Amino acid sequence: MRAFLIRRILQSLLTLWVIMSIGFVMFRMLPGDPSSVIADPYLGPEEVAHIKQRYGLDRSVPAQYLIYLQSLARLDLGNSFFYVRPVTRVMADAVPNTLVLVFASFLFAYGGAIPAGVLLSWKRGTKLELAGTFFSLVFRSAPRFWTGLMAVMIFSYFLDWLPHSGMRTPGYEADNLFEKYVSLDFLQHLILPTVVSGLYFLALPLFLIRNTMLEIMGEDYIEMARAKGLKEWVVMYRHTLRNALLPVVSAASVFIGVALGGQVLIEYIFSWPGLGRELVDSINRHDYPVAQGAFLLISTTVVAMNFLADLLYGWLDPRITYR
Amino acid sequence: MAVTTGRGVSQPQERRRAPMARPAFGLRAALAGHFRILRRDRFAVAGAVILLAFVLVGTFAPQLAPSDPWTIHYRADGSPARLDPPSREHPFGTTNVGRDILSQTIYGTRTALFVGFTAAILVTFIGTNIALWSGYLKGRIDDVFMRLADVAFSIPFEPFAIVLAAFLSPDIWNIILAMALLMWRTPARTIRAQVLSISERPAILAARVAGAGHLRIVYRHIMPHILPLCLFYVATEVGLAIIMEASVSFLGFGDPTLMSWGQILNVAFNTGSLNRAWWWATPPGVAITLVVLSVFFISRAYEEVVNPRLRRV
Repeated sequence: MRAFLIRRILQSLLTLWVIMSIGFVMFRMLPGDPSSVIADPYLGPEEVAHIKQRYGLDRSVPAQYLIYLQSLARLDLGNSFFYVRPVTRVMADAVPNTLVLVFASFLFAYGGAIPAGVLLSWKRGTKLELAGTFFSLVFRSAPRFWTGLMAVMIFSYFLDWLPHSGMRTPGYEADNLFEKYVSLDFLQHLILPTVVSGLYFLALPLFLIRNTMLEIMGEDYIEMARAKGLKEWVVMYRHTLRNALLPVVSAASVFIGVALGGQVLIEYIFSWPGLGRELVDSINRHDYPVAQGAFLLISTTVVAMNFLADLLYGWLDPRITYR
Repeated sequence: MAVTTGRGVSQPQERRRAPMARPAFGLRAALAGHFRILRRDRFAVAGAVILLAFVLVGTFAPQLAPSDPWTIHYRADGSPARLDPPSREHPFGTTNVGRDILSQTIYGTRTALFVGFTAAILVTFIGTNIALWSGYLKGRIDDVFMRLADVAFSIPFEPFAIVLAAFLSPDIWNIILAMALLMWRTPARTIRAQVLSISERPAILAARVAGAGHLRIVYRHIMPHILPLCLFYVATEVGLAIIMEASVSFLGFGDPTLMSWGQILNVAFNTGSLNRAWWWATPPGVAITLVVLSVFFISRAYEEVVNPRLRRV
């Protein structure tokens, strides 16, 4: 177990280093290097050289790379050109918003999938199963951002039930942190993006539950439970579901890692002030430090979550041995 | 890792199961086998028909489209046909500058299918070859490739593709490049597990004893067994690539000179036309959904072959 842990930690560190290097290559080496943005075209060559020196862009590439790694180690992501404040502060504002949305989608998807999956396996071969399968597959196949556009079109523009973008009504000032996230206004803004991404995520746990349930329903102890005269829903929910939950838990444990990357476009179309929207906006504004920070932060979270998922999975299923 | 087929195969499970491939001899027998696989499954047939329809639409786009996708149309009174609802003349309506949305959707099919199939075939080609040599040679090569796959699994695909496409020149090849750099991870890992078990079979050992070279063993003796798996991955990656291309073009990082479904959605969204023209953003999304669904049904037929546990009872 300890050997596994050490190896897994080393592996995560290696992955992090590769990701940082990719970040360096993508944000420094690709066309349109940062100096072309900071340096105003009306500035003279001396000023440009001065600016380059200030940002360390006049050094050799290996030297820049070392400086880059050093500042990352100090958790210093530089300053945003656009917001004119440290990137870490910009990120600190964005991360909770992203997490709230991811968590809400998670609750919607997994909270809905468990009873629905049981229902689908229970009502096997009926029209209900066909309809459930069909709709979950459609939402799984449709690009999330397009489902979002359709939802905005129907529920915000035509029916005028819900706000189409943002996290709060402009001008709304929360008195404290609690009110910031627990208010009717906030919840109204949360509904559409949550439901849209939740419907996409729903299919995976739904079919996991359905398939495992079908497998388990053939087992002897289920027959035994039926033979005892237990009610059908007790057999389904108490006896079968319990053992069908394991693959779902493992899927859930990698959820945040998987979801974070995919939420970029959802945040973009709903103007949700999170990491994903910050990534797209900063690329459009050529605000490289923020774009880089957002990319690194999303990737690091994915690495961390995968690491935790591995541990959790082994803990839940004792049949897995750590090697 | 987000590559799930909706039939509920999570990553950890995939790692553990050891699917059995059906042995096939010779290319013709193999192809006949694949045809049988598809025909047995009603949904796969439907998927193949839908996909074929899109391929035909894409191929004959210039003949099928009522007009050029960029042409600005005018009404009878000479004013530009701005945001005209669907009519006999423009079955899918017009855009804010009077372009025909049906023609745009038809031409967009070309881009989507081109990116989808090129990326999918490239990704599967890379992944399969890594898997074959990694699983066959084992040892250090295997270690290096599998650590690389671990790293590739930890990089979130969407942000990576968006950043790459945004910084390189706006070109569909960059989306294909992003796919090729990252997505080989899934086929490489799963197919390798398969190759590991196949290369221990008596037939392979016999071939080695008979003096067959590495190349011959890998491509003539092992490769045919994993072909269904490869086709499963081609089908899966087609859907992913199409959605990715649409996402990147939707964000405005795609090739502006190329008509694509994502670009139609980009213009519709950024001109704020969603609240006035329901007909604009609807067709490209429906098209994407249909193509992705069709390749999903096809891939599912293959998945049942490679993993008999999934077969519907």
